[in-house]
Amino acid sequence: MSQKPAILTPDPWQQLQGLTRARVALGRAGVSLPTREVLRFGTAHAQARDAVHTALDVDLLASELQADGFRPLAVHSQAADRATYLRRPDYGRRLAPACSGRLVENGKNHWPARPRLAIVVADGLSSLATSRHTRAFLAALRAHIPDLSSQPLVIATQARVALGDEIGHLLGAEQVVVLIGERPGLSSPDSLGLYLTAGPRPGLNDAQRNCISNVRPEGLPYAEAARKLAFLIDGARRLGRTGVDLKDDSDAPALAAPENGPRIAAPETAIPFPPNVNLLEIPA
Amino acid sequence: MIHACTLGLHRHVFPDLKAVLAKASPARSGDMLAGVAAASEEERMAARLVLADIPLAHFLDEAVIPYEDDEVTRIIIDSHATGAFLPVAGLTVGEFRDWLLSDAADTASLAALAPGLTPEMVAAVSKLMRNQDLILVAAKCSVVTRFRNTLGLPGRLAVRLQPNHPTDDPRGITASMLDGLLYGAGDAVIGINPATDSLPAITALLRLIDDFREQYAVPTQSCILTHVTNTLRAIDQGAPVDLVFQSIGGSEGVNSSFGVSAALLDEANTAARQLGRGTLGNNVMYFETGQGSALSANAHHGVDQQTIEARAYGLARRYQPLLVNTVVGFIGPEYLYDGKQIIRAGLEDHFCGKLLGLPMGCDICYTNHAEADQDDMDTLLTLLGVAGINFIIGVPGADDIMLNYQSTSFHDALYLRRVLDRRRAPEFEEWLEKMRITDYRGELLAQSSQYPLLGLAESIQEAP
Repeated sequence: MSQKPAILTPDPWQQLQGLTRARVALGRAGVSLPTREVLRFGTAHAQARDAVHTALDVDLLASELQADGFRPLAVHSQAADRATYLRRPDYGRRLAPACSGRLVENGKNHWPARPRLAIVVADGLSSLATSRHTRAFLAALRAHIPDLSSQPLVIATQARVALGDEIGHLLGAEQVVVLIGERPGLSSPDSLGLYLTAGPRPGLNDAQRNCISNVRPEGLPYAEAARKLAFLIDGARRLGRTGVDLKDDSDAPALAAPENGPRIAAPETAIPFPPNVNLLEIPA
Repeated sequence: MIHACTLGLHRHVFPDLKAVLAKASPARSGDMLAGVAAASEEERMAARLVLADIPLAHFLDEAVIPYEDDEVTRIIIDSHATGAFLPVAGLTVGEFRDWLLSDAADTASLAALAPGLTPEMVAAVSKLMRNQDLILVAAKCSVVTRFRNTLGLPGRLAVRLQPNHPTDDPRGITASMLDGLLYGAGDAVIGINPATDSLPAITALLRLIDDFREQYAVPTQSCILTHVTNTLRAIDQGAPVDLVFQSIGGSEGVNSSFGVSAALLDEANTAARQLGRGTLGNNVMYFETGQGSALSANAHHGVDQQTIEARAYGLARRYQPLLVNTVVGFIGPEYLYDGKQIIRAGLEDHFCGKLLGLPMGCDICYTNHAEADQDDMDTLLTLLGVAGINFIIGVPGADDIMLNYQSTSFHDALYLRRVLDRRRAPEFEEWLEKMRITDYRGELLAQSSQYPLLGLAESIQEAP
């Protein structure tokens, strides 16, 4: 048996890999990426793409939430499909006409008349995040809000954050929280974002909300995210509003960086940020 | 002014110049979202036929955003050099395309013409050009800028080393920076997008790179890509600021949404120049732009996104920047839907910027919700290399873990150098050879612990 000659040129600074998640010291084939890295990158991209394009299994999620004591209702936005959703963010911010009547009726029959908190569970840009984290996160939130399951819960598809404004308004809710799949990163296909808005009604802008980003076990853990959201809900109730004036002083300093670098405009959901930040969503 | 033409049985009427420009633009999702795109392919061609017959001189009479309403328009009109415009003053847009492709347009005549062109003229002619036209004409342009090295020389390609980290961790940033330098990247700038806007954190990052640069005598410049007001405060506090970064757009409204104005940029440009930190030149501004920002800020005035983008270059050239970077695929599919649209936009931006006399680079990039992948980036990278782009971005493995998008890798730059024979900035090239990172041909050398940078990499590991 003849030994294979060395084909790749390894990078003798692999110890740097311990200092960052960045793809350093990849080595090279000639000047190009080694096959192993091309496949690793391709896999991460495939998972992120699937997170964007896989439809949320609404029936499954609804039955799970029902088992947890909620009375969920499913609605959808005016974006008929994913291709339209991606091209027309404005459609994703409006409820399909057929859904508003059902929502109001359901509200009368099953939910409190002037609910303190409406919960909107939305697919956003990663249905993977929504299907993976919703139940566990709501269970963690229940530790802070014991009667959580009596509040309205709406599962919304082809939805953007601002769809919660219309839903909250139709239900007459004091506050609405939107749990939504964030734009998937290469190494984080399943980040869930939480957007809290007081006095929801159509026409609000993103400076009037508070956001908790990157909720997932590898990012901001459920219990921590629930504690922060409960803190913001309390704060908003006292202050009478959400947004720039409401600071998450529960721990870290405020951190909002819309002007940094190429973030010339962002997609609907915030770019997953490091955990423990209270940032404003960038206007979409 | 109303413009019209008849195609077959249809009479196509366009109420004004901006409508002609918008409907002549190649299809893209942002113009559809704004409601300014052509309604049919025939209408698009009708608009191009009309556009081809409009005299370039007409662009000086009909502003797409009124002079009285918009600071960018005022800068464009007030800075227009009538004398420089003379060689093409009698041409229509269609004739201008022919002239640009002709042998009369060479590197010297294009450089002399630049101050005589307005962004709208340049955007207009780009709409009549195929991708190969955009490449051919851009390749004839040469824009050279200097701070601590010389960027944009013929046959050269520079890389912005972008060692971002989600929490600005100094060791994480240093790891990515060393990785890039050991791959021969970093001549355009070592530039960090910080995770925070806090001034102490920004100053700490500035010192981190500057101390390293001083210690190893690296002939390059550093930049922390924070808001211009933060950079001004850092300058006030005596921080080592080389370049002033700012995102800009092509209307007063989008700039005010970024929190900037010409007066503020003037102030920053003056402040950075006064520091006198450049050893070879004093180009101190680093701008980033990108199609779609004006629509996203609700400040597009019914102008198509490519024309607005070119107007941002009209603002940029007021400052003789070191670097202008169009961040082409970051904005998302509602503005540039897929690989085809991203590739076209990248070529347009590079062409328009170069024709206006700017040192254009491109962040060849995409997000995971766009219909694009690495193959599309390879295509745009290769095309822009052929077109003579001044610089591209270098991120470890093309994966920016702070901004969560895919850009180009250090390997990508090496690929382009190899297939197109593009060398690094001469001063940086010399430094790499001295540091035993590359050989005399610019090829990477096998590294040894005895070599300075690998020695440094190993010492970081040893830190607690």
